Amino acid sequence: MASRALIDYMIGILGPEGVISEREELRAYECDGLMNYRVIPELVVLPETAEQVQQIVRYCHDEGIPFVARGSGTGLSGGALPVEAGVLIVMSRMCKILEVDIPNQRVVVEPGVINLWVTREVGPEGYYYAPDPASQTVSSIGGNLAENSGGVHCLKYGFTTNHVMGAEVVLPDGTMVNIGGGKAPDPLGYELLGAFVGSEGTLGIATKITLRIMRVPEKVRTLLAAFKDTEEAGGAVSGIIGNGILPAAIEMMDALAIEAVETAVHPGYPEAGAVLIVELDGPAAEVDHQFEQVKQICEENNSSEIRIAEDDEERALFWKGRKAAFAAMGRISNDYIVQDGVVPRTELGKVLRRISELSQEYGLRVANVFHAGDGNLHPLVLFDNDKEGEAEKAEDLAGDIVLTCLEHGGSLTGEHGVGRDKMKYMPKMFTTDDLNTMQLLRCAFDPHQVSNPGKIFPTPRLCGERPGRYKMHPVQKAGLAENF
Amino acid sequence: MTENQNGQSGIPQRGEPGSPYDSVDATERQEPFAGGQAMSAGAAGAHGAGSPEDIAPSTYAAGKSVRQTVGIKRREGGSYVFPAFDDHHPPEKDLIDDCVHCGFCLPTCPTYVLWGEEMDSPRGRIYLMNKALNEEPMNDQMVRHWDLCLGCMACVTACPSGVQYDKLIESVRGQVERRYERPADAKAFRELIFQLFPYPNRLRVAAAPLKLYQRFGVGDKLRKAGVMKVLPKRLRAMEALMPMLTKQQEVPEFTPAVGEKRLTVGFIKGCVQRVFFSEVNAATVRVLAAEGCDVVTPKAQGCCGALSVHAGREEEFQAFARKLIDEFEDAGVDLIIINAAGCGSTLKEYGYLLRDDRAYAEKARAFSAKVRDVSEFLQELGPVAERHPIPVAAAYHDACHLAHGQGIRKQPRQTLKQIPGMEVREIKEAEICCGSAGIYNMIEPEPATELGDRKATNVLNTGARMVVTANPGCMLQIQASLRRMGHSMPMAHPMEVLDASIRGESIETLLMNR
Repeated sequence: MASRALIDYMIGILGPEGVISEREELRAYECDGLMNYRVIPELVVLPETAEQVQQIVRYCHDEGIPFVARGSGTGLSGGALPVEAGVLIVMSRMCKILEVDIPNQRVVVEPGVINLWVTREVGPEGYYYAPDPASQTVSSIGGNLAENSGGVHCLKYGFTTNHVMGAEVVLPDGTMVNIGGGKAPDPLGYELLGAFVGSEGTLGIATKITLRIMRVPEKVRTLLAAFKDTEEAGGAVSGIIGNGILPAAIEMMDALAIEAVETAVHPGYPEAGAVLIVELDGPAAEVDHQFEQVKQICEENNSSEIRIAEDDEERALFWKGRKAAFAAMGRISNDYIVQDGVVPRTELGKVLRRISELSQEYGLRVANVFHAGDGNLHPLVLFDNDKEGEAEKAEDLAGDIVLTCLEHGGSLTGEHGVGRDKMKYMPKMFTTDDLNTMQLLRCAFDPHQVSNPGKIFPTPRLCGERPGRYKMHPVQKAGLAENF
Repeated sequence: MTENQNGQSGIPQRGEPGSPYDSVDATERQEPFAGGQAMSAGAAGAHGAGSPEDIAPSTYAAGKSVRQTVGIKRREGGSYVFPAFDDHHPPEKDLIDDCVHCGFCLPTCPTYVLWGEEMDSPRGRIYLMNKALNEEPMNDQMVRHWDLCLGCMACVTACPSGVQYDKLIESVRGQVERRYERPADAKAFRELIFQLFPYPNRLRVAAAPLKLYQRFGVGDKLRKAGVMKVLPKRLRAMEALMPMLTKQQEVPEFTPAVGEKRLTVGFIKGCVQRVFFSEVNAATVRVLAAEGCDVVTPKAQGCCGALSVHAGREEEFQAFARKLIDEFEDAGVDLIIINAAGCGSTLKEYGYLLRDDRAYAEKARAFSAKVRDVSEFLQELGPVAERHPIPVAAAYHDACHLAHGQGIRKQPRQTLKQIPGMEVREIKEAEICCGSAGIYNMIEPEPATELGDRKATNVLNTGARMVVTANPGCMLQIQASLRRMGHSMPMAHPMEVLDASIRGESIETLLMNR
């Protein structure tokens, strides 16, 4: 139970309707999109203005109370997992689109604004917001910023970081600053925005975000190609990229994933070992020309069936299956773990083969849904929690998949963030010096480690500790404290 | 069955491990649940909707009604029931486990849209169900969040995992109704509603003085005199919803097909529909006949029980359902047609809802298999009657129990678009409930009002000349919301529009008196 002083202070700022302190209600916030980890927060607060966020953060900082920001709670790495005895700051009520500036191609939003709302807002003007994570109908811009979310179109258009122009940020000590630029594109000094985007809530809380919007391309064409297996589909992917074509998206799904989405949203995919969805966008002449090339490459790689979306409705149907893929796993399996490893595109075939071997070794099914163009895999390890030991087995298998990605020169996570989930693998990917360097940045922003502690980094390190080889702390040296 | 309040104290057992919900992390604190001794029995005056009058509107921007959901100072009865659910249809574990906590339901949930709180989202409500199933007692907070669900089922449409939230919330409502003691005033008001609305004859009697009341503009005079303000807010909500009553149009027991007969169909008159919107029924029957159907309308038919089942009044519902099934048993009809969305979705669920009833389970399944919404049916049947032009732009409002409950979105639009000159306009946020939700706008007037205003604004923004929707509750709600905002717009059921077109009525006649 939160202390009376804490509750009273928060009520003073937010009014009673902005503070949640009842145990049952707090429990609804004990996890985000990743359910493997749960922590009941001490208190949940729902601010409606940047000033309120600032006051909350300042109080927490001064009282040494850790805090975690949460948007829609859809993250898949436990980034918004509450911290014990900490305050959860929920941004869902800060959901206004503050400014639409079409001539300068920018939109200013509050962090709780849902990704797709931006495109809905500017769509009639012929613009859109490019980053489109599969959760775009529900995930918040604030959360996208924290996790540097990608999406199916980031192959061509980049991640969230490429589309954020500036942000108003409450730092972990309650200072409010503006980082990045506004209308002017290239700010001077350190690129703080680059450090902030993707910092998973450890460097502060964004309260106002300026996004770049893009002109809707003149033409969009989408095809769906079926293949015997993921290897042949992978061949087509290499062929497309190798020919110098940069599609807006190339997505692959394997047989198991196809089965799940067919049960869930009936997109009418062909029965196949793998399907590719390839989308091209840009000037009509270029798109039409390259579209023929893509078709040909798919055929050369033995595609058994190619479907071309005739209209927006059909295109939406192709994508519907892909975007619902994770949640659709609920149809074919009680439980699943989703991984987010990245491998160099050229290693795709080898890694997929290894995943399939691992799947057989462990006796668990693995569905594959991924951004084939940039090698961002999303293997979904399916298991049944009711069966004794299966959860642990699934956990191990997922871990082995991540390690496989690393062995092939890849990375832990493409877009879901490290969060709580993948921090244990960080030392496999980074050296101690690498991690220490990151810690230096974190400590500069948050010396007392109050902002989303216990995420990203495997071992908590105090900011007074010097990175590098162990040296005695001055306090120890003076004999005032001992190290246990 | 009601080991109610202060009954079983002690530490609840953890549920057997099974679902993702059950995985326990080391960081999860295990607070033993303190027994009942500290909690007082009784819940008098407890969880009525919080009164918005006593909060300064500037204290929050998330909406006026937010006060009733969370907040330290809300009044509570302190009652709880443990274990939360009994053995009679608790929410099914398997259905709960289908939820993977992805959150895709959040933005389509009306209460989440209003308040942005996890507990007032489908995902949060399911989370609470799971807690109640496994370890926590049913207490004021849980019941409050379940009660606040409108039952619009937009989440069922949005859910990629196929969670059957409709079944979950229905079973929970039954449990709440049986096991949880509501405050006396809330209980009495619910009782009043259920003694009135499912009984067309009583509703008609109650509506008779209303006619006089309206004729002499009593409502306006009382409003001006400030009398309305002192009425309890739920009665005020009820008053505001009352439509202008028109002359009753009775549907004959048998209406022959015009021209060559294609089918024999049964017709269900509904309760609110038949009292307040009898012209919709008359139009529907005329359309069905014009499209070549003999229409059989059993005279004695009662309520279908939709309102009861949505409020967890299981026995009452079953009695209604059995009666209606009996009334149609010997009617000799190929299909059974309904024009009210709320009734239709329940009629199609009879098979499931009466699954335990040995004598009726099979009959109920057969009955449900015959039920069609009228727009759905007409699109299956294909048009034969000539349509005359109706040159008008109409905003089509998806009734939740049609769009989400029955998946019927295209058919009514198609029906309208087949009328020459008709332009169908889409309403922004179409998937969000208008706040009517059966009896919701009477028992939870504040959130219902906010949702109504939101819907009315979106309706006005279409710039259409009229609103078309297929549910009487939505009509009443949107009408009341528009009126509150100082607007009025003609409103019609798709069948009224189609009837006007088939009969060659002028647009002016159609728009008049609606």
